Amino acid sequence: MWRTLDGAQARDIALVCLAVGVIGVSYGAASASAGFPWWFPALTGALVLAASSEFLFLGILAAGGGPLAALGAGLLVNARHLPFGFAVPDVLGRGWARLLGTHLMNDETVVFAVAQDGLPRKRAAYWTCGLGILVCWPTGALLGALLGSIVHDTAALGLDAMFPAVIAALILPALKVRTTRRAATAAAALALALTPALPAGLPVLVGLAGLVFCRNTAAPDAGSDLP
Amino acid sequence: MTATSPIVAAMLALAAGTFLLRLAGPALRARVRFPPPAEHLLEASAVVLLAGLLAVSACFEGHSPAGPARLLGVLTGALLAWRRAPFLAVVLGAATTTALLRLLGLN
Repeated sequence: MWRTLDGAQARDIALVCLAVGVIGVSYGAASASAGFPWWFPALTGALVLAASSEFLFLGILAAGGGPLAALGAGLLVNARHLPFGFAVPDVLGRGWARLLGTHLMNDETVVFAVAQDGLPRKRAAYWTCGLGILVCWPTGALLGALLGSIVHDTAALGLDAMFPAVIAALILPALKVRTTRRAATAAAALALALTPALPAGLPVLVGLAGLVFCRNTAAPDAGSDLP
Repeated sequence: MTATSPIVAAMLALAAGTFLLRLAGPALRARVRFPPPAEHLLEASAVVLLAGLLAVSACFEGHSPAGPARLLGVLTGALLAWRRAPFLAVVLGAATTTALLRLLGLN
């Protein structure tokens, strides 16, 4: 199955897995500086395998939020995996392998699978990227947690700027749609304004109110994107 | 912060819930058909949530401002992403900028 990929695709996938590993280091370091034990970010990374929800989950807990608030916010951020499943049902495999294939579904694997032509290539890209991330993300988190407990001042390394930058890279393409851009801008402004006042995690959820910008114009706007 | 049982339980619930969300898409596809506006809203809500998270995590540490070094690092990363730089360049560009600014005493 691996030979279905050509060199350039394999290199792109390897680079993304490496970047995910580096972000994993910043995740583990942030977790360690918040006082979580060394095994926690790695175990969470392997079992949840969805970076932004994990950052949010740990961030809310570290800021003093309750486990239920952290769980709710994490699940809400991961709700996008449901529409992902509509896009890639054929690459997930059969039988027991399908359980693992389902677990590997995330932003990167879906993007790589959708970008390929033909089922064999889609399947190869999805599984290569997915297994790479399954290894790199928890390993990075483990290294970061160990590093974070050794290096006292992880802020000096600038690791805390990595995660917001990654989100920016991931959502930039979606911001080309005008209504989505307006909704996202409103959400960002709302969340920023409320952060000093509300418990952690809640401002991001309240930002969903920005979706009013998508409601009325959704159908014509989506239509105008068709070729 | 220690990993108390409620926190570990919440983490396991997040893992289980996320797996069910991943499982639900392919299972539902054969049976339910979302109208296009609802699909667009689902898609947009992920972006909207992430935009809020991006703004807050770029500007705040808990309830207090995170300082200009982090914000400028994030802006550098965003600029690189906008100029279609590779993912790794975005990540390292952001961290390096923030680290250098802190080295220069800006925080």
